[in-house]
Amino acid sequence: MKYTKEHEWLRVEGDLVVVGITEHAATQLGDVVFVELPETETMVTEGDEVCVIESVKAASDILAPVDGEIVAVNTKLVDNPGLVNEDPTGAAWFFKMRVDDLSVLDDFMDEDEYQELIG
Amino acid sequence: MADLEEPEILRLGLEPLHEELGGRMVPFAGYRMPVQYADGVLKEHLHTRAAAGLFDVSHMGQVILRPKGSMEDLKLAFEALMPVDVLGLAEGRQRYGLFTNDAGGILDDLMFANRGDHLYVVVNAACKAADIAHMVAGMPGAAVEPVTDRALLALQGPGAEAALEALVPGVAALRFMDHRVIGDIWVSRSGYTGEDGFEVSVPEAEAEGFARRLLAQPGVAPIGLGARDSLRLEAGLCLYGHDIDTTTSPVEANLAWAIQKARRAGGARAGGFPGAARILRELAEGPERLRVGLRPEGRAPMREGVELFAPDGTPVGQVTSGGFGPSVNAPISMGYVARAHASIGTQLMGEVRGKRLPVTVTAMPFQPTTYKR
Repeated sequence: MKYTKEHEWLRVEGDLVVVGITEHAATQLGDVVFVELPETETMVTEGDEVCVIESVKAASDILAPVDGEIVAVNTKLVDNPGLVNEDPTGAAWFFKMRVDDLSVLDDFMDEDEYQELIG
Repeated sequence: MADLEEPEILRLGLEPLHEELGGRMVPFAGYRMPVQYADGVLKEHLHTRAAAGLFDVSHMGQVILRPKGSMEDLKLAFEALMPVDVLGLAEGRQRYGLFTNDAGGILDDLMFANRGDHLYVVVNAACKAADIAHMVAGMPGAAVEPVTDRALLALQGPGAEAALEALVPGVAALRFMDHRVIGDIWVSRSGYTGEDGFEVSVPEAEAEGFARRLLAQPGVAPIGLGARDSLRLEAGLCLYGHDIDTTTSPVEANLAWAIQKARRAGGARAGGFPGAARILRELAEGPERLRVGLRPEGRAPMREGVELFAPDGTPVGQVTSGGFGPSVNAPISMGYVARAHASIGTQLMGEVRGKRLPVTVTAMPFQPTTYKR
């Protein structure tokens, strides 16, 4: 698993990158009550706002971590936003991306580096 | 280098207890306050409506007003600051009040109780210094005494009566908006959640023990500011600085119920409060805009600042508070809209992240209140 400074996790699944938010991010956000997902088959650029998460406290965005195409979204989160708090690094993935070259993930933090960031 | 202009953050006497209970402390109105505990806002909110929630609201301003002359003169002097009937409030009763300015805007909202030979007032934390100065300047015939050695706790929810009765026998006999001094405890049957419950002023030295004994009662859990906000929003209650401020009049704010007959046109003491010209005119003719409840049709919350439009695209107002209502299990908001668009059932559009989404003007409260009248 790799991590971004924006508290997203990235996991490689075959030739796709699966994206979600970290447990730390979910705890900080508080109870999630609304999730808006991107359209599939959308080309996105690193830094684009692709998802909206609303918690009881505030709204925040998930940014595209890399350039690529959104190929799948987790529609379960729309009906059950609380899943983000229950299982942020498992069942509550947000979207899957196809990227040109998986080696772009090498630049992101590993577990130890991320723990140091939030520590 | 530290910013020397930064005001010092104030600390609650119960801060060690909040930290022991797992409270996440954040700055609010100049104080370090628990925004939530380990359970989180959603569970704390639902717990309050199902059992009992204990809130530390010691940041609020408690003030005693004592007459230098007669009690009647004191009440009349207080009436000169508010469009509210103070003289008609019976001993042992509490009432909602509003300080207004000369333009008819709201300086603060407050609670006051008639305690026989003096009045007891509770004002908002962020306004308390200004309110005290306002009372000192406006009431030369009164001794204005800020109460700085007492904590203020709110116990709210269906389990509140039994829990407080166990500690302070006699409180179960109080009705909504009654106020009693019982030993060194000051109790009002009131709150900011829409639930039955109490607000209890306790000497600071006894506050932690008192809070611990309440928390040991069945069903009582500590509740943070986050749930306090979602509970008051479901109850349709205003948050000063958001839903009401110096630009909103009491009539626009849909608080005309707080202006008793005695202070209205034709009443025994009509007018005679700051902003009377505008407020009495709005009572007679209706205000230009009105605070209303709003129910977004989708699941996306419409928060403070969301612009509201008529279906034809005309701007008609703005959301002043909004979020997710855990008990109604839907997004809810309140805001101001032009009077022509303020009737219940009116369809409007709210702009969220560039998209205009449907929203309906709705009656408040969103959640039925359970006051013991």
